[in-house]
Amino acid sequence: MKGNELVILDRRHLVERILCSRDDLLLVTGLGAPTWDVAALGDNLNNFYLWGGMGGAVPTALGLALAQSKRRVLVLTGDGEMLMGIGSLATVAVQKPKNLVIGVIDNQRYGETGMQRSATAFGVDIASIARGAGFETATNVTTYGELDSVIPQIYNSQGPLLFNFKVTVSDHPMILPEKNGLELKHRFRAHILNAKKKIGG
Amino acid sequence: MNENVDWSDEIFSILLEQRIKQVAYVPDAGHKKLIERVNEDNYFRDVPLTSEEEGVALLSGAWLGDERGVLLMQSSGVGNIINMLSISVECRFPLFMIITMRGEWGEFNPWQVPMGKATQSTLEAMDVKVIRVDVPDKVAETVAAGIKLTFDSGRMVAVLIGQRVIGSKDWNR
Repeated sequence: MKGNELVILDRRHLVERILCSRDDLLLVTGLGAPTWDVAALGDNLNNFYLWGGMGGAVPTALGLALAQSKRRVLVLTGDGEMLMGIGSLATVAVQKPKNLVIGVIDNQRYGETGMQRSATAFGVDIASIARGAGFETATNVTTYGELDSVIPQIYNSQGPLLFNFKVTVSDHPMILPEKNGLELKHRFRAHILNAKKKIGG
Repeated sequence: MNENVDWSDEIFSILLEQRIKQVAYVPDAGHKKLIERVNEDNYFRDVPLTSEEEGVALLSGAWLGDERGVLLMQSSGVGNIINMLSISVECRFPLFMIITMRGEWGEFNPWQVPMGKATQSTLEAMDVKVIRVDVPDKVAETVAAGIKLTFDSGRMVAVLIGQRVIGSKDWNR
């Protein structure tokens, strides 16, 4: 709550700025608004959208990052989803995947259920929790200037990294991607395996 | 019951043969030896979890990236994975689990009994194929068949190793 009036980052602008230079980045999105934010930029075969399994975004991205160690993996999820799977930060810290980046889009609310406050609205600091787990880089990002400085880290710095983006409470249109899980799995795997053949990995 | 059959070693060999790569687990005494062997072997990626549900998501991601995995836990862990199985069901991810049973055969801790009793029906309620094994020398073939069913048919499979099997081993709690 305190300081929330100082928050200026818009979640859609943020996601657009991060992903405009995505190249062959693999992206996992946590259920709810982060999935809609990414879908609003248009579909991409390197996206795996979660529509359920709350708390599972980070471990899904971890399994992918371990399996595809030559590819950069970003997971974008919300504060509520991250809090439900908060233990997975310990699991990631133990594995130390160099290619995994976690981006938390933190509006301090449960956006899909009526904008109830999450624990981050009461001062719980996800970046501090990640540092406590053993992440060497885990920071809060609150301005566009800070955002511009972390984007190169998202693509180039050694992971695991966590950035907790403080964003405004906003009312963007829901942009829904494909929701058939079987279809999402097939197309993601087919695309990744095809890319692997091309680079001879 | 043949007490000389070392089913943990047999499982280890099968995991290698079947190209299982990510071994995710919340420890159980019944899995002690298997976990130790996996920890010591550089081929495997061992992933200790804070909660079993992470393993369901982890192995979904592993499959997206074209790696096979296994999730090891005790029966109480089944209670922790239920909603996360929604991912496996909706996407038809292969998911292979080896679950050691508590609360059913000479259990000393009454708090293990409720989840032990509910393990099989809970898994089946989420459409997981459950295969029980209660004899040590049937563990290996059950695990091998379970892995084939999982990855060749794209299904969720849980092998439940009865507490009677674990109890028949000389493991120290």
